Amino acid sequence: MSAPAPPLRSVQFRREREAAWLELDDLVTRVEGGGLKALSAAELRSLATLYRAALSGLSVARAISLDQNLVAWLEGLCARAYVVVYGSKQPVAAALWAYLTQWLPRAVRQLAWPVLLSAAFMGGGALLAFFLTLGDMGLYDAFVSPGMAQGRDPQATTAFLREGLFSDGGGLVDRLVAFASFLFTHNARIGLLACALGFGLGLPTAWLMFANGLTLGGFAALYHSRGLSVELWSWLLPHGITELGAVILCGGAGFAIGGAILFPGRQRRLDRLAAVGRDAAGVALGAVCMLALAALLEGIFRQTVQSVPVRYAVASATVVAWALYFGLLGRSR
Amino acid sequence: MSDGRPRTWHTPEGVPITLTLAPLGERVAAFMIDGLIIVAATLLLVWVLVQARSESGLFRALFMLLSFGLRTFYFAAFELFRQGQTPGKRLQGIRVVAGAGGPLTPRAVFARNLTRELETFLPLVLLAAPELLYGPVGEGQGLLSVLWILVFFLLPFFNREGLRVGDLIAGTRVVRVPKAELLPDVSDGPARADRFAFTAEQLRHYGERELKVLEDVLRGGEHVDDNTRRAVAERIHLRVGYPGPLPGDVRGFLTAFYTAQRAHLERGRLLGQITTDKAQARERAR
Repeated sequence: MSAPAPPLRSVQFRREREAAWLELDDLVTRVEGGGLKALSAAELRSLATLYRAALSGLSVARAISLDQNLVAWLEGLCARAYVVVYGSKQPVAAALWAYLTQWLPRAVRQLAWPVLLSAAFMGGGALLAFFLTLGDMGLYDAFVSPGMAQGRDPQATTAFLREGLFSDGGGLVDRLVAFASFLFTHNARIGLLACALGFGLGLPTAWLMFANGLTLGGFAALYHSRGLSVELWSWLLPHGITELGAVILCGGAGFAIGGAILFPGRQRRLDRLAAVGRDAAGVALGAVCMLALAALLEGIFRQTVQSVPVRYAVASATVVAWALYFGLLGRSR
Repeated sequence: MSDGRPRTWHTPEGVPITLTLAPLGERVAAFMIDGLIIVAATLLLVWVLVQARSESGLFRALFMLLSFGLRTFYFAAFELFRQGQTPGKRLQGIRVVAGAGGPLTPRAVFARNLTRELETFLPLVLLAAPELLYGPVGEGQGLLSVLWILVFFLLPFFNREGLRVGDLIAGTRVVRVPKAELLPDVSDGPARADRFAFTAEQLRHYGERELKVLEDVLRGGEHVDDNTRRAVAERIHLRVGYPGPLPGDVRGFLTAFYTAQRAHLERGRLLGQITTDKAQARERAR
């Protein structure tokens, strides 16, 4: 230090702290490159200490220093460190376990009303289409698109319809797997869409649920008119409980998002939306997991088990399992 | 919209931190990069599938699941495991942070990416092949869906912070990663500045804004040459009434003046007197 005159107070301030700031900069840079794993336990501890020191340094520097480069740099450093320090999270496995066993059932119970609304739209659509189609088979095409029907329309013979309920899909395992993954990706996309569409005040979600119900009702009416109701539901319910349940949950999540915009309560609208939106997304993610299970049941189990009583037994088992899961888990504390 | 607006976060420690929101252009560019990566990865999958020449359904199932996973979880996975940055965001120097401060939770990350399909993929389908979207349904429903999709697509252009629907639902913000460099203190250099002394009277003319401009001049980006420096020095020399002609060592003179002026203003700050600019300085001198 060759300066004969005493340096500025702010210069002295910087000289005393610069080493610690640069050390923090180094740690943060390493975390940004390779995640928190890049640091040792001792370094992690000093990260937190250095962050707090830098932050208090920042507020002092703002008050006393007119070196704009220093203040800007320090502010950037604190911001990067802040994201690193408060961005830390649980280990993935633990977080996943807590999510599945605690958070998801609780969140679904909290969304009980929107979920019921979603179920009502789907059920309403199904009932409406069922009775309308029973009254006039000509309406079938209005409810069930040809792509969906795949020949299962009022012109088909009863034998053909029955055969569809008991086919084993060719019996090839890999064909079943392909079918299951197609169903899963298709349904998951619809479900996520229903949730995201909730942002349109819930109206598009309502329509999507209702339209799904219409298709279901049209199908049911066709099979009912041929006296195949028992067989149809034995074919539909083993995976359908899970699948329709998941779609209804997605719709419920969408309604919750729409509701947050319409009725923010005492919170600011954007805050409410953000809080509800995060929960809704969590529920939608859970629904995607349910759809994966449903696809497994549908693609593999349904095509290999032909007995009607066994099919109903499995369907009842899924009802009980989901009721227990959503009713009981995550209640402690 | 080339420049991002600042937004302040409140840390739990009580010290506010200001970050710059990422401008829309940078976010779109980041998205294009990520989109290209997704398309390239999908094409690679198709290529592998073709090379395998397998009729097996297992391959098709694998392809469907992988491309679904890629499209649905690409953004969420990167933002979750790479500190809020997808490869595209990393290249653009931007990242996702929680809007309310605190950690970026997995749920928030998933929520903000839930709507991507609606915001980008569906409008593309709409442009390319609308019949895919409406199917055989009536015109009325088609018009409605166009309306909804437009709402999603255009939202970022109609709010101050440029938020997409996903950001609203998740309460997240995309910000620029600060990348300032710590430069040496201008006043803390070699001590040749001591050759010039300034009286308190001479330091009454400028405020903090002028000091910052002077700092920029002294730090000298590419656009500051000797002529600029000399012109600035002449201005100051005249204004403060420094005795004698302008010294030949222009840089030394400016550094000395900067140091003295900064010491003067910082002392004022300690006493609660903040002089923001020369107008205020003039008022105070009266």
